[in-house]
Order: sequence, then C-alpha cells, then structure tokens
Amino acid sequence: MSLPISPDVVAGNASSNPAVKTVWAQLLARPLALIGLFFVAVTVLGAVFAPWLTAFEPNEQMFDGLSIEGAPMPPGETFWLGTDLLGRDLLTRILYGARTSLIIGIAANGIALIIGTFVGVVAGYFRGWVGAVLMRFTDLMMAFPALLLAICLAAVFSPSLWIVAMVIALVYWVQTARVIFTQTSSLAEREFIDAERALGASTSRILLRHILPHLVPTIIVWGTLGISTTVLLEATLSFLGVGVQPPTASWGNIIFENQTYFQAAPWLVFFPGVAILALALGFNLVGDAMRDILDPTQRGRD
Amino acid sequence: MPAYIFRRLFQAALILIGVSFITFALLYLLPADPVRQIAGRSATAQTVENIRQQLGLDQPFVVQYWRYLTSLLQGDLGRSYLQKSEVTELIAARLPASLLLMVAAIGCELVIGLTMGIVAALRRGSITDQSLMVVSFVGVSAPQFVVALLMLYFFSVRLSWFPIGGYGTWQHLVLPAVSLGIMGAGWYSRMMRSSMIDVLRQDFIRTAQAKGLAARKILIGHALPNAILPIIAMIGIDIGLFMGGIVVIESVFGWPGIGQLAWQAIQRVDIPIIMGVTLVSACAIVIGNLLADMITPFIDPRIKLR
Repeated sequence: MSLPISPDVVAGNASSNPAVKTVWAQLLARPLALIGLFFVAVTVLGAVFAPWLTAFEPNEQMFDGLSIEGAPMPPGETFWLGTDLLGRDLLTRILYGARTSLIIGIAANGIALIIGTFVGVVAGYFRGWVGAVLMRFTDLMMAFPALLLAICLAAVFSPSLWIVAMVIALVYWVQTARVIFTQTSSLAEREFIDAERALGASTSRILLRHILPHLVPTIIVWGTLGISTTVLLEATLSFLGVGVQPPTASWGNIIFENQTYFQAAPWLVFFPGVAILALALGFNLVGDAMRDILDPTQRGRD
Repeated sequence: MPAYIFRRLFQAALILIGVSFITFALLYLLPADPVRQIAGRSATAQTVENIRQQLGLDQPFVVQYWRYLTSLLQGDLGRSYLQKSEVTELIAARLPASLLLMVAAIGCELVIGLTMGIVAALRRGSITDQSLMVVSFVGVSAPQFVVALLMLYFFSVRLSWFPIGGYGTWQHLVLPAVSLGIMGAGWYSRMMRSSMIDVLRQDFIRTAQAKGLAARKILIGHALPNAILPIIAMIGIDIGLFMGGIVVIESVFGWPGIGQLAWQAIQRVDIPIIMGVTLVSACAIVIGNLLADMITPFIDPRIKLR
C-alpha cells in the first residue's frame, strides 16, 4: 500500500513539484476523472458565485412564487427550476445549498481525517497499551450504527452548521483511523525507520518527516472519497430534520421541507437530489482516479 | 476454532457494554427532558417530580447506568416511557419486518451487483465495462432517500405498479428493498469486477483453459466460486450500513420495522427504545463482523484464525 514517495511531495511547492504535476496530468488524462472534476467545479463555482448567478434571495418568498391555489410553481421562465412550498426560487436555494454541502463536506471530512490520522498513526507507531486502547476504542466505534449515532448526537446538541460537521466527523473518523493504523504499523517495522531510530532521531522527527510523508497518498485518496460520504451523510441528516436547520438552505433540508408536496411537485425532490448525486459522484470519480494513480498495487486492474 | 469463537464472543460482549455506556451517557446529556415529554405541557411541577422519581431519573448518572446494565445483563431492556410496554416486546414485534427488508435488500445487492461485476470483468476494457462502472459509481453516490422518493413517484404515483407505502405483500417490499440495496449493489459490482479479474488471472484458470474445458464451465465451476466468496464476507461487514439505511428507508415507506421505531423514539426522546435499538443494531454489526471473519479461512485457506 505504501509508496516510495519523496518527502518533498508534501514540503514542495505544488505548482513546481514534478510529482504533483504528473499526478495532475494523469488525472486529466482520465475521462472519468474529468467528468468528476467537472461536477465538482460546477458545484464550487455555483456556491461561490451564487449571489451573481441568480436574481433572487435564498429566503425571499416571492409574491408570484405560488400559484393562485397556493401551490409551488413548476419550472418555467421566471423560476427556472420552479419554486418551493413557501414560494422561494428553487434554483437560488440549490445554489446557496451548495455552500452548505461543500462547507460541511470539507469541514467534517477534514476533522475526521485529522482525528483518524492522529489516532491511526499514534496507535500504529506506539504499540503497547496506548495502541491497544486506541484500537479497542476504534473497534467500539465501528460497532455503532453510524447513522443512528449521528442522529442521536445531532439530537443531543441542537444542530447548527458546525455542529452537524462535528457530528459527522465524530462518526466518520473511524474508517480513516483503521486504514492509517494498518499502514503505519507496517511502516514502523521497515528498515529505514529502524535506521532513523539507530541514528538517534527523535520520535516527532520520525513521525513527521518519515511516517507522515508516506501516508500522504492514502490521506489524499481517503480525503477525496470521504467528501462524498460526508456530503451524503449531511444530506441524510438534514432530510430527517436533524441536520442543517431551515431557513438555511441545504440540499437535504430542501427535500425535507417539501417532502409532503412531492407527489404534486416532484421537481422539489428531483433537482436537489440530482445536485447531491452530482457532487457525491464527482468526488467519488476523482477519488477513485487518485487511488489508481497513487496506489501502485491497484495498477493494472483497469 | 471453538477457542477463537469463544474469545471473539467475549470481546463482542465487552464491545456491546461499551456501546451501551456511550449511548447511555449521550442520552443522559440530552438537553430535552424525557419527563417533560411524558408529563405533557400542562403538568404541575409536582407531577413532573413524581414521574422523575418513579423512573429513577433523579438518581445520579452512575446509579442509573448501573441499574440499566444489571437489568440488561438479564435480558431486560426496560420499559418505553411513552408506549408503556416492554422495549424487548416492541423490538421483537418489529424485528421480523426489518429482517425481511434487509434480506430482500441484500438479495437485490447481490443480484444487481454481482451480475454487473461479472459482465464488466468478462468484457474488461470495453464500452460495456466502462458504462457499467459509471452506473456503479452513480449507485454508490445516490442518496438513499432521494432514490426512495423518486422511485415512489415514478412507480407508485405515476405508474401505480406498487403501493405508496405500508407492509404486507411482496409488492410492498420491492421499492424499499431496491432503494436500500442500490448503494451496496454499486460497491459490490466494483468489488466483484476486480475479484473476478484477479481470479481469471490465476494459474488454475489457465490450467482449466489448457485442458480444453468449455468457457462456461470454467466460469461457473472455477472462476465464480472463488470470486464470490470475498464479496459474501463483505455482507457481514456491511450490516452497519444497513442498520443506518433502514432508519431512512423505513421512515420514507412507512415500513413498520425497528428503524422506524428508533426514529419515532428519537423524536419523542423515548430513551429506553433508543438504547434498545442501538444495542440490537450494534449486536447485529458485531455478529456480522464475526461471521465475515469466520468465512475468511474458507476463502483463503492460508489464513488461519488466531
């Protein structure tokens, strides 16, 4: 699993680094990765430029946003993707919802990666009781039904954007910890680590300069794939009403709010659903391509 | 083997006690007061206090947990705060529905996932292979509740092929099982594909080809049995995903299983039910993992259980 990659992959300047350049070039040469990058780019651009891309406010209830009977408007000229239950423009809410999904996806996944890497490296490098305790705790967390735990946690703390991100991270770090643990424990037995120890290198130097750089490919792959999992988790929590709370737009809570109306107005489920799918798919495609590029043991399978 | 199973079961018991402690502690920290929920809005402070004492919720945390744990070890999950019946009975009444849904979903996963994986592996590198893998990625990335709602819309509302929700006949089962199984089908098709490709490269396949065995016989008799086993083991590990998935799917389809029970209990702060369902799910996950590990030596006899 580990790669003989030089430490300057991490330390070096991204644009001038040959390793980063090759990875990038290989990524662009894969059609599936390109499709993935496209979905991710569209979502990011939509989120960043939301105020300029739409004439409406996300929480603006339009006078003409509901029909005379008070029903949501179907997709049309004024409201491209239609309006929701409260007469708000759906496209606007989806664009602003992209911000929520991306913030939570990146934050939750980032926190999970940090916790997971820390636990995995510490448990894998220091055997003995520290490692044993950490890994038994990881086993314990693995036995939790993740979604049920997330719902309980979200109910314990009243959910705000950052709390939802924390909850997802608290549930999701376990997988990363396991993978990093396996890699670190095999790295720790390699000769070059023994050599460092014999030379009298400090533990922190070994961990930061020699172990961590070898974990970078794994962290990148898990980091990319993890965003799609966290995006899906956020959407699911928000759909159940324990995630991001209205009126803040999130793709999951748009569907949650309009669920009762979906038989008459299916676009209220369809468009936000497609948005969630596209973003999760985007990160999955990019992550999978990264794994093929960065992990030589997987090479030749495709 | 018996010593191994015994040790694993002992570890499993410790893990379940750990799960019970963490869940209990989390629910103890819950800002919503279960007693208020039981007593209702108009209750006097005296009534609230009485109920609190009756349920033992005025006791310190350690006492409450100890009481829960001792009755748990006797197989007693306590009484529901709001439904006034035993949690074990409530769960027992709903477990068959959830199990039925899970078995059907696993069946779906295997039929869709394995077929896609085998076809893709046999036509490796072709357009068919590439399109199947894109489809599998879509399956993996599709949020279950969206799949569920859209299928409800097309197949129930529009085409009226299936009932909109509920429980009873096989028609009720189709949509929930497919929505629950689609994500796994995506994963399994990818795993089956690489598992098949690995097996097809092995020497014994070449030997079979060299002695002139028909391609169909090689596939069914030699390649498939070897390629499928690792995927079967994965099902055990995936039980956790199912336990989460049923909360969503059961609430969308009004399926009367433990997922719906848990979801209603969380909304009403009915702590004994939440605890019960969490423990039953954790139990299922632990057993699933144990079974997966026990299958491994059959997949690869070089692996010995220690």
